[in-house]
Amino acid sequence: MSEHSEHTGHVVPVRTYLLVFFALMAGTALTTAVAYIDLGRWNTVVALAIAFTKMCLVILFFMHVKYATGLTRVVILCGFFWLAIMITLTLSDELTRVWEINPSGWSALLPFASRLL
Amino acid sequence: MSTATAGAHDGPPESGVNYLNASYGIKSWLLTTDHKRIGLLYLVSVTFMFLVGGLAAVVMRLHLVEPQGALLEPETYNKFFTMHGIIMVFFFTIPAVPATLGNFLIPIMIGARDVAFPKLNLLSWYVFIVGAIITLGAILSGGVDTGWTFYPPYSSLYSQSHVAAVAIGVFITGFSSILTGLNFIVTIHKMRAPGMTWFRMPLFIWASYATSLIAVLGTPVVAITIVLLGLERLLHVGIFDPAVGGDPLLFQHMFWFYSHPAVYIMILPPMGVVSELITAFSRKRVFGYSFVAMSSLAIAVISFVVWGHHMFVTGQSIYAGLVFSVLSFMVAIPSAIKIFNWTATLYKGSISYEAPMLYAMGFIGLFTMGGLTGLFLAALATDVHLNGTYFIVAHFHYVMVGGAVIAYLGGIHFWWPKITGRLYPERWARLAALLVFVGFNLTFFPQFLMGYMGMPRRYAVYPAEFQVLNVLSSAGASVLGVGYFIPLIYLIWSLRYGKPAGPNPWGAKGLEWTIASPPPTENFLTPPVVEEAYNYSGTGGSHD
Ligand SMILES: [Cu+2]
Repeated sequence: MSEHSEHTGHVVPVRTYLLVFFALMAGTALTTAVAYIDLGRWNTVVALAIAFTKMCLVILFFMHVKYATGLTRVVILCGFFWLAIMITLTLSDELTRVWEINPSGWSALLPFASRLL
Repeated sequence: MSTATAGAHDGPPESGVNYLNASYGIKSWLLTTDHKRIGLLYLVSVTFMFLVGGLAAVVMRLHLVEPQGALLEPETYNKFFTMHGIIMVFFFTIPAVPATLGNFLIPIMIGARDVAFPKLNLLSWYVFIVGAIITLGAILSGGVDTGWTFYPPYSSLYSQSHVAAVAIGVFITGFSSILTGLNFIVTIHKMRAPGMTWFRMPLFIWASYATSLIAVLGTPVVAITIVLLGLERLLHVGIFDPAVGGDPLLFQHMFWFYSHPAVYIMILPPMGVVSELITAFSRKRVFGYSFVAMSSLAIAVISFVVWGHHMFVTGQSIYAGLVFSVLSFMVAIPSAIKIFNWTATLYKGSISYEAPMLYAMGFIGLFTMGGLTGLFLAALATDVHLNGTYFIVAHFHYVMVGGAVIAYLGGIHFWWPKITGRLYPERWARLAALLVFVGFNLTFFPQFLMGYMGMPRRYAVYPAEFQVLNVLSSAGASVLGVGYFIPLIYLIWSLRYGKPAGPNPWGAKGLEWTIASPPPTENFLTPPVVEEAYNYSGTGGSHD
């Protein structure tokens, strides 16, 4: 197997690392700042959006995925896909829990379906 | 001893230097990065853990000889079944085949010198040992009584036993299987010898690859779940206990998201072993090679979408229950593909019944029973009746002991000549294999009956009408114990007194049989020549 070319790796300039670092710091500051403003139901959404952006920066630059081979990216995507499996099937329980003396069948799911949409 | 036999293409000229005698002393073992020696370190460790977990089982079976319980206080009984479960699941069955046989065989089978990250491999063993010591320490200093599943809110807020310490031990050990899985995945991707294409790989490699995927994708989830449990127990953060704002079923979702696939971490490598045994002792290429290989991957994927079958009677939504039930039935398909293909391999094979083959045949029968009774439990309606009874206990012991442990024993016997360079005594081995089979069935078949009749699991006492079945089960356990003990003695005996094995005592195919026994430290002194897997054509009757 001749993949020595793959192993040389990409040299990332220190500048990039510093920029990413400051972006992450700014994200942290922003999260803290937003915590003082009441956005109602958007509180969690905004906090998670900032967290997600920071996570992407870490994965792409600090973990070198931006410069990685296709196989490495597949591995990362698998991780997220598996997380999605866990969340989706757990929600399939949490969103459809209903206590009925006489279960009324699938029609009982309609209110939950509308909640999803 | 190795060059004496013709056919050892790789027999070292300076005969007799191998991985076992290349260096001596305790340090040469504790600091080794040789995958073969690390495999042996694991072999000793998991055997010790098996003895401890087995001891707990012996005490439980003795206790249950009388309906009122013969030995223990009920609280102590709870600790014993918890200890048995935790040790046997996390410290024996999960690492047993991958960490011992997997470590020893994977690099050799694909024609590599070692795993991709030898130092990480040694680290994995140390991580395992640290987790084991913490867990054993917690057990000795009072134990834990939650059952191996650590269900909250009992485990997080109410149990007075050492839940946190044991959970930390299990958490740490989880990293050992993550690191080992990662090591195997990279090894199989990157270290294959020239000519070792994916579809020339032995089926044991396919099974190990699928197992490693599960370990890497699933184990972090149980680790995080244990951390959350600890946060709730120590800091009262509301995650799982409704009293502090949590959801107890969330724990079960997260726990079983790992722990159902963990069943396949425990059974897939033994399935790989059985594929090797069946083909070697039928002197025939495995029937439907690519189906057997792909069914391992299919099991790995499907195993992640069935976990809700552990929660049918917990208050999980019945709609989710329906989905999980259908998905659970699906996992039977790839398992059945394997069973049918092994059976078809036997057809017109040149079969001989050495001890490893006896274990393999035992596996096929017992795993089939374990698997089919699993379908009873995947069905929503029958599960309501059977859940929480001894039927469940019998079901998973048919899979985990009748399947995994028996295949592990078969694999240990099959590769023992390769690992040690010595033959074990065949007659004793056949006797032990039969004892294990008989003892196993006598122990666990009565448990199907008790469970079907409604005897609940995890109780220190039971109604008197179940006594006959319980005594039968305990009697079987003692036969099973003898069946385990005999190999322990003669395998140790064979280290010194066993006949030299030669490179290929079984006339089997595969790279590991082309090198000396025990192998040299470098595995291959000349680059291996890779041919089609299981190329038995034209070797009919080569065994004696
Ligand atoms: Cu399961």
